[in-house]
Amino acid sequence: MISLKELAAFRNPSLAKQVTERLQGLAPSYTVKFCHICGTHEWTVTHFGLRSLLPETVEIIAGPGCPVCVLPAAEIDEAVKLALEGVTIATFGDVLRVPGSNLSLAKAKAEGGDIRVVYGVSDAVRLAKAEPEKEFVFFAIGFETTSPTTANEVLNEPPENLSFLISHRLIPPAMELLLGIGDLHIDGFIAPGHVSTIIGLKPYEVFPSAYYMPVVVAGFEPLDLLFGLNALLRQIKDGVAKLENEYSRVVKQEGNTKALNLLRRVFNIVDGRWRGLGRLPLSAFALKKEFEEWDAREKHGVRIEKGRDIMPGCQCHLVMIGKIKPSECSLFNVSCTPESPKGPCMVSSEGTCRIWAKHNVGH
Amino acid sequence: MCLAIPARVVEIQDNIAKVDFGEGVLREVNVALVEAKVDEYVLVHAGYAIQVVDREDAAETLRLWNELLSMEESNT
Ligand code: SF4
Repeated sequence: MISLKELAAFRNPSLAKQVTERLQGLAPSYTVKFCHICGTHEWTVTHFGLRSLLPETVEIIAGPGCPVCVLPAAEIDEAVKLALEGVTIATFGDVLRVPGSNLSLAKAKAEGGDIRVVYGVSDAVRLAKAEPEKEFVFFAIGFETTSPTTANEVLNEPPENLSFLISHRLIPPAMELLLGIGDLHIDGFIAPGHVSTIIGLKPYEVFPSAYYMPVVVAGFEPLDLLFGLNALLRQIKDGVAKLENEYSRVVKQEGNTKALNLLRRVFNIVDGRWRGLGRLPLSAFALKKEFEEWDAREKHGVRIEKGRDIMPGCQCHLVMIGKIKPSECSLFNVSCTPESPKGPCMVSSEGTCRIWAKHNVGH
Repeated sequence: MCLAIPARVVEIQDNIAKVDFGEGVLREVNVALVEAKVDEYVLVHAGYAIQVVDREDAAETLRLWNELLSMEESNT
């Protein structure tokens, strides 16, 4: 058994100081840009002020790793429509204030919609069982970390008064999209640790082999990220592109095979829309036909194809791909604040704008 | 959303485990996605354990990190 004390060793400040010094020696004279694809990585980077510790030529940018931010307005609109029709929506708290084309779920609630915040899908099952006279929909968002939890409940004979509005997305297609943006110039990926506990290493192999792009899977302690950067800089210095796993204490080559089997059993992989990024091939999960009685889109006949993804003046779609910093948006901390957010990147606790605003960064 | 926090497994019954996040309060999580044993640490996300924390790999990572720092000291 590992102890809490052993886990605390991953926060050792003297090790952090040493590795930061190593980074100075490894950094090239030209600027290199490393991209993570995880809101929790952005939180660690910002919270611990890692950007200020890095060599001047090393930049960390945030990719589309906030599941609430990438949710297209049309799918919020579906949940809002159901709520206004009298269906009880259970979902994660972060989703409530995300703008739809017209209304957010929070506004739908103010108009009388029954919206319940849950910690996970099991809570939604529990609520539906406790109130059998009500019709429930679990609005299922999240990447590969979260999708298996939904899959498990779908397979576990959910109550008849519950169905699932599936808005799960896959991370590797979003990484490929970033590489297709010609003027973004990414020099390496910091792959999301918790998505990787599920999908394992294989889905990232394409990046070094086909794109010559260094990848390191990293955890969420400052040391995880600093050693991850060390590995990326080392690869650049040596002129190689490899896939390295700095988070082997929970990320295995094969991933979580139980979870992957559940995903395969329950979902098809289909094209999916991402807010502001358009349609990405094979980037979303959809329930297989045999589970259609639990598919909220089938059961309640709700399917909205088009929505208004970008609010006037909001640059969230550019923040999400690391093209601009939140502080480059003229509304940042002016008319868009954590208390009164304009775009999804300021709504979600994993949105880059919100993380920066909460930490007083980028003034 | 992809936040996951380690917790110690205290008790397992079928697919439900009681775990301790270090707060002394026991919470229930679903362990259907992992092969966890009592006293192991699991990573918990949205009410589910998504992976068991591997003690040997954790120790190995720390060892490698320390080794890397001392090694690169002498050859860069
Ligand atoms: S600061 Fe607000 S308006 Fe600007 S990009 Fe971020 S979320 Fe959009």
